[in-house]
Amino acid sequence: MVRDKSARGMAFPILNGLFLTLFCLSILYLMWYVVIISLNDGADSLRGGIYLWPREFTLRNYQSVLGDASLIRAFGVTVLRTLVGTVSSVFFTSMVAYAMSKRHLFGRKLYLLIGTGTMIFSGGLIPYFLLLRSLKLLDTFWVYIIPALFSFYNCIIFMSFFRTIPAALEESANIDGASDWRIFLTIIIPLSKPVLATIALFSGVGHWNDYFSGVVFVNNPDLVPIQTVLYRIVTSASMGKMAVAVPGVAAKMTSSIAIKFATMAVATLPIILVYPFLQKYFVKGVMIGAVKG
Amino acid sequence: MVQANPAVSTGSKRSWQSRLYAQRYLQAMAIPGVLFMLLFNYAPMYGIIIAFKQFKVTRTIAASPWVGLTHFQEFLGSEDFLNLLTNTLGMSVMYLTIAFPMAIVFAVLVNEIRSPRFKRAVQTVSYLPHFLSWAILGGILISFMGESGLINEVLVKLGVLKAPVIFLGEAHMFWWISVFSEMWKETGWSAIIYLAAIAGIDQELYEAATVDGVNRWGKIIHITIPSIQGTIVIMLILAISGMLNANFDQILILKNPLNALRSEVFDTYVYRMGIGTGRFSYATAAGLFKSIVSMVLLLLANRGSRALTGDSLF
Repeated sequence: MVRDKSARGMAFPILNGLFLTLFCLSILYLMWYVVIISLNDGADSLRGGIYLWPREFTLRNYQSVLGDASLIRAFGVTVLRTLVGTVSSVFFTSMVAYAMSKRHLFGRKLYLLIGTGTMIFSGGLIPYFLLLRSLKLLDTFWVYIIPALFSFYNCIIFMSFFRTIPAALEESANIDGASDWRIFLTIIIPLSKPVLATIALFSGVGHWNDYFSGVVFVNNPDLVPIQTVLYRIVTSASMGKMAVAVPGVAAKMTSSIAIKFATMAVATLPIILVYPFLQKYFVKGVMIGAVKG
Repeated sequence: MVQANPAVSTGSKRSWQSRLYAQRYLQAMAIPGVLFMLLFNYAPMYGIIIAFKQFKVTRTIAASPWVGLTHFQEFLGSEDFLNLLTNTLGMSVMYLTIAFPMAIVFAVLVNEIRSPRFKRAVQTVSYLPHFLSWAILGGILISFMGESGLINEVLVKLGVLKAPVIFLGEAHMFWWISVFSEMWKETGWSAIIYLAAIAGIDQELYEAATVDGVNRWGKIIHITIPSIQGTIVIMLILAISGMLNANFDQILILKNPLNALRSEVFDTYVYRMGIGTGRFSYATAAGLFKSIVSMVLLLLANRGSRALTGDSLF
């Protein structure tokens, strides 16, 4: 390609690079700011003027967060629901998707129609709430897991991946007398690591970040995930109510931005840690989902 | 419930019963998913009828008396209604006109980067906020924009502001804060789909244009945008059909009594009325009204785009 070397031609790449760099810096700086405030003495932070580096370095904020039983418990709920919820939903959705990807499946058209309907119509929040109530799921740990077991959107992504697996692989197993269930477990799953990783990422991040189910479907403070605790702290502080319905360190957080930021940093760290490893998978997942969905 | 369909017979001599038996494992794998959808996605649709009843938690849905359109009349006649409609549509229109095109512009700009390493870095960083919870980003935003937050500190120091402003306490600023913070969070992620579409464009088109002396801007307008028009239209239809969903996760965090006049949207209202104050029937009526308008918007957008561009979702 012939490159334009004139001043006009150079202006665009420079401005473009500058704009994109500034945009990325705004993201990185926001996260960095959380880190430096969480590592700075809480009382000192209130004086302002901290921009790039902690002024009075301390680990006390993290000690408070990690030493608080109710926060640790909330972290535990989040970790547990993310692990159980992700594994169960990836397994369940891929199993259903494998069967539905078979063109000779009786009733397949009806099944897919039912699935498509879920993407267009919804009962809305209140009927959903009443359903969970009549299923006795409210105020249980399972309210995080069971309603999230299956998503037709993810099912579509799985189906389009399964169709790319050469039929010959399954046929040879079929001749050996393996059932569809065995084929799914021993041939399909090992071949589907990229798509399993993609859906696990979407599902895992969804579980990790969800605060709403904890707010609406759960009252028991022992069953509330960390994001819901953060939601309560953040909104009660912004409303000017200093008394929070969460005990211990959490109550102090409304006044101490440092402890609040330390909690946020701890809650974000796992996402940042897994993110680079899964990045190569999710771009593909988005594309399949958007094209077929 | 499974209706075997003999019409799909493809000339096999085996009876449909024996073929159904042969796929018993597949059916056992598929049917739990169908049952799940019937229970969690379709059963709540039955619950919608409480919008036409006087439902109380102490009664069953079936035992609640019918009240016709009372709840809809009350909702449409209430002072809240116009306010909700204004806020929901206002923020949605702002989002559609500012943030939606921004994702396309962002994809084009990223595509113009020549260095593969820089391109990868920009993509990695710009996708990141999508994976952060609004409970966290909202908390950071509230701290940033608070009275002693970073933004006030800097603006006062620079002399732009005389005294700190609690930005989230100013109702008239709420739409801007909501739309721009959402755009900041999602632009990189939304651009993925356009970047993928751009990557599929035949490079010879650009080479031919270079030979003809077409400049960068001309290539973007005459090659890139027309080539990804189909993707843009699909994304636009989806965005329009989701207009009334606003941005629930975010607004629920940023909303407070001071900005409520400009931050209350359909979804937060349904939540507040239904779960908050226990007016289940009334809240369901408000939610149903929203769903119906959303579906009409989807159909209109779909028809409009088919008429104008020939591309449509269905």
